[in-house]
Amino acid sequence: MDTAEYKNITYDGLWNKNVATVQILGLCPLLAVTGSVVNALGLGLATVAVLVGSNLSVSLARSFVTNAIRLPTFVMIIASLTTCVEFIMQAYTFELYQILGIFIPLIVTNCCILGRADAFASKNPVLPSIVDGLMMGTGFMIVLFLLGAMREILGHGTLFANMDLLFGAGAANMEIKIFDEFPGILLAALPPGAFIGLSLIIALKNFIERQRELRKIAQTGVPIAGSKRVRTTGAIS
Amino acid sequence: MTDISVGTSVRRNAVALSIFALITVGVVALTHVNTREPIKKAKQAALEKSLYELIPRDNHTNNMLEDVAWVKSPLLASKRKKKVYLARLNGAPYAAILQVTAPEGYGGKIQLLTGIYYDGTLAGVRMVPPHNETPGLGDSIELKKSDWILGFNNKSLVNPGKNGWQVKKDGGEFDQFTGATITPRAVVRAVHNALTYFDHNKDFLFNQVQESESLKQEDKILEDK
Repeated sequence: MDTAEYKNITYDGLWNKNVATVQILGLCPLLAVTGSVVNALGLGLATVAVLVGSNLSVSLARSFVTNAIRLPTFVMIIASLTTCVEFIMQAYTFELYQILGIFIPLIVTNCCILGRADAFASKNPVLPSIVDGLMMGTGFMIVLFLLGAMREILGHGTLFANMDLLFGAGAANMEIKIFDEFPGILLAALPPGAFIGLSLIIALKNFIERQRELRKIAQTGVPIAGSKRVRTTGAIS
Repeated sequence: MTDISVGTSVRRNAVALSIFALITVGVVALTHVNTREPIKKAKQAALEKSLYELIPRDNHTNNMLEDVAWVKSPLLASKRKKKVYLARLNGAPYAAILQVTAPEGYGGKIQLLTGIYYDGTLAGVRMVPPHNETPGLGDSIELKKSDWILGFNNKSLVNPGKNGWQVKKDGGEFDQFTGATITPRAVVRAVHNALTYFDHNKDFLFNQVQESESLKQEDKILEDK
């Protein structure tokens, strides 16, 4: 693999096939924990860790796993990695674990992880698989972060509150008060706020994409053919 | 794979799958063993922090974390026996921390710690996370979000009297939150229940451990109920 391909993987993960805004996967944790930046980042980091770990292990194991047992094997790998992350969070970020608690085991059910294991890591060498996991996870985390920031500002009038839950006592004073004496827009803190926020982020992404396409058409004069739908699971076999 | 019989293929897959199971179980077990102590410590630290917030360490002389009684009562809304932490000052009863459940929260049960001085006044109440109350409405029971829960400090069964132990909407003395009455109502009721329970059982609680006949006494508590 050359650098161009790594560039492709990165671009796919962060933008082109972004887990949250294009593949629309992992919505359950995405919508549930993005009430604040610290929660969003906590789950984002946990997801990145599991995704990198599972892509790495699946890629390592890919030559021993026959087609018939690949799914149970992948699920086993992902489940055990998630359990490990859960133990580690409980041990070192206990208060955050109490907040995110029930969503950590749900990482197992985040389709993007099994999706990447099956569509990418099971067919590619170790290094590209790690990069793919890292980029897909980071793409997911960025959306979590944006949504968390939006909802925290609108819902509570703060940004980066309680960051010490994740990064230790040194981060305790990262909190920024955006509005003083702000009652908070309740809608933003409740689940509908998450749906609306996510849809705005997706709309923004599509808008940027569209602008780019229009510019391309203006330059070449040829409209781009083909479907707008993006396949999320790789080749259909 | 036409030259391999079905039996061989099944056997091969079964072996591969078992090896993976062994490896993954091994990894989980290893992590578990290595994080067991830190997790225990983190839990203990979180508990100590919340207990000493109610009854500061300086105000009593025994080790409250180990001086415990196990109780079960409908007043505490507990299905299982729960720990009561007992604080003593030079051997004399000083205060106790009871765990009480408010079963009628908006999003289900709310777990509370209630610190009660021996004379029956409240040292304070804290919510034990997690809870399922509505963010922005019912979550004002969290000290982080609002100081509503501090309103219980120094209250007792006689201050306010029985009719005062309700939210203002029901004619009592405690504030409800804008848009949320169910959560504070549940908490007020649970705290009142804890006070009532303590009032009836306090001497019993404090004697029980000193006599260290915990098992017999526990049965007796249950019979009393």
